[in-house]
Amino acid sequence: MIEGVPLSHILVVSSIMFFVGVYGFVTRKNLLTMLISTELILNAVNINFVAFNRYLYPDKMEGHFFSLFIIAIAAAEAAVAIAIFISLYRNLKSIDVEDVDSLKH
Amino acid sequence: MSWEQFLLMRHELLLILAAVVVLVAEIATGEDKNGINHTAIWLMASITVVGFLPAPVGKLFGGMYVVDSLRLAMKNTLNIGLLIVFLQSARWLNSKENQGRVSEFYLLLLASVIGVNYLISSGNFLMFYLSLELTTIPVAALAAYEQYKSRSAEAGIKLILSSAFSSGILLFGLSIIYGVTGSLDFSLAVFAGAGSLGIVGFIFFFSGLAFKISIVPFHLWTADVYEGAPTNISAYLSVVSKGAAVFILILTFFSFFRELQDVWQGVIFATAIITMTVGNLFAIRQKNLKRFLAFSSIAQAGFIFLGVIGGSELGMAATVYFVLIYVFSNLAAFGVVNIVAVNSGKESMEDYNGLYRTNPRLSLVMMLALFSLAGIPPVAGFFGKFFLFTAAAEGGFYALLIIAVLNAIISLYYYLLVVKAMFINKSENPISGFTSDFYTRLSLVICVLGMIGIGFIGEIYDYLQSISFGL
Repeated sequence: MIEGVPLSHILVVSSIMFFVGVYGFVTRKNLLTMLISTELILNAVNINFVAFNRYLYPDKMEGHFFSLFIIAIAAAEAAVAIAIFISLYRNLKSIDVEDVDSLKH
Repeated sequence: MSWEQFLLMRHELLLILAAVVVLVAEIATGEDKNGINHTAIWLMASITVVGFLPAPVGKLFGGMYVVDSLRLAMKNTLNIGLLIVFLQSARWLNSKENQGRVSEFYLLLLASVIGVNYLISSGNFLMFYLSLELTTIPVAALAAYEQYKSRSAEAGIKLILSSAFSSGILLFGLSIIYGVTGSLDFSLAVFAGAGSLGIVGFIFFFSGLAFKISIVPFHLWTADVYEGAPTNISAYLSVVSKGAAVFILILTFFSFFRELQDVWQGVIFATAIITMTVGNLFAIRQKNLKRFLAFSSIAQAGFIFLGVIGGSELGMAATVYFVLIYVFSNLAAFGVVNIVAVNSGKESMEDYNGLYRTNPRLSLVMMLALFSLAGIPPVAGFFGKFFLFTAAAEGGFYALLIIAVLNAIISLYYYLLVVKAMFINKSENPISGFTSDFYTRLSLVICVLGMIGIGFIGEIYDYLQSISFGL
């Protein structure tokens, strides 16, 4: 147990991070910022997992391991996403969402 | 851990082996990459056949990996889907602009289907998450496969960003579920007494999974991605990825989330209705056939939920049976769209006017596929829908049933629009007649046999019923 910091404080921080990420994903116009917003969401989840593991179930390590896997997969996802951004930039010379609108009904 | 235990992972190990073989073949071959097509297709065909041989069942890695007869049947269903996608891709991969990057296509799709197989077998949320990502990330790279078309890159971006966002939401739900239960295992009764926080976690989890199945209101990426991505990738997304997500949804709902039955029945009731209705209404106004098939597949996902909602053994059997038929019918439709697009570059509905005069056999296959999707007897789609409706009626969801039947009638209208274009409408310059390659023909023959055969061979449904389980 960490001295003087209850679990609820950490959960409030992670929830705020999660919803900031969601808000950023919905409102931002730049593709890179949208990707960064999803990273915020994933990091909020990491905080959740580690905090739950540390405070509630300290005898098993499942939460810690889960957050390690999330970090690795987030890196893979970002790699693929940025590769596709580069491919789009070569075609359009822009990574702004407003310009990525050729597919519409 | 002994050798026999490893054999439980037969499907996955064979697919990994196939991926390695394709990789080595890429290095070993010179300029002409046509051999890789044959290698990959015949490897996948033999893996699909081997998958049907009787196999041992059990658990591995302390319950993280589960395999039983039902999961084997699900894996075989989706492996058939991948095989048909491979058969349909060979002609397109031989075209000039894809020279030199043939093996990437097969490698990434094999990686994705390894994820699908692990996803179905997962017995733990960690395994579930890893395989879900393995299913999606390679497909996002493939959606952006045509690197000189901005539409393809756009499809890739939309797929990777929405999948990253949805898996973030799903993970937040998982973290809450972990917080209230203290365990990540799917095993029974862990969820009991989780309380209202557990319900919040469940809702987040469901929204994340609904993105993958493209349930309304999480469907916004679907049509754009299907239209922009290469046709074969759209086919893969609409059949194999979606099928895998449906299977894991029904498996978790019937085991891990069984305590929350009241909650998930309400959620499924609402989403099934809006998914069917929105999918159908938007499909009517589509002019591009790939977009059209995208909305039709959204509507089909709503129908699939009829099997899930009752929570019965019959419902599970009906769901797996319907997905099996859906694999054949949807891939037949995508196969025709693909071969027409490869040969003529046309994919809008007006271009199909008078197709029957120039390409009668293709039009007949397309007609059968659309009849099967609409659920007209004697094609198998009718039996699939019939069992789904039976399952919902057995659970007493008559209001849902009436809306589903009304939606089936609406869907009949727009499926017949395409049939009308092909057979009745006249055209000044119809798509000229062409002969397809051997693999495409083989895939369409398999699809037609599947669509006609599955409905009449009653043993298939009886077998699925015997291995299914209810709440």
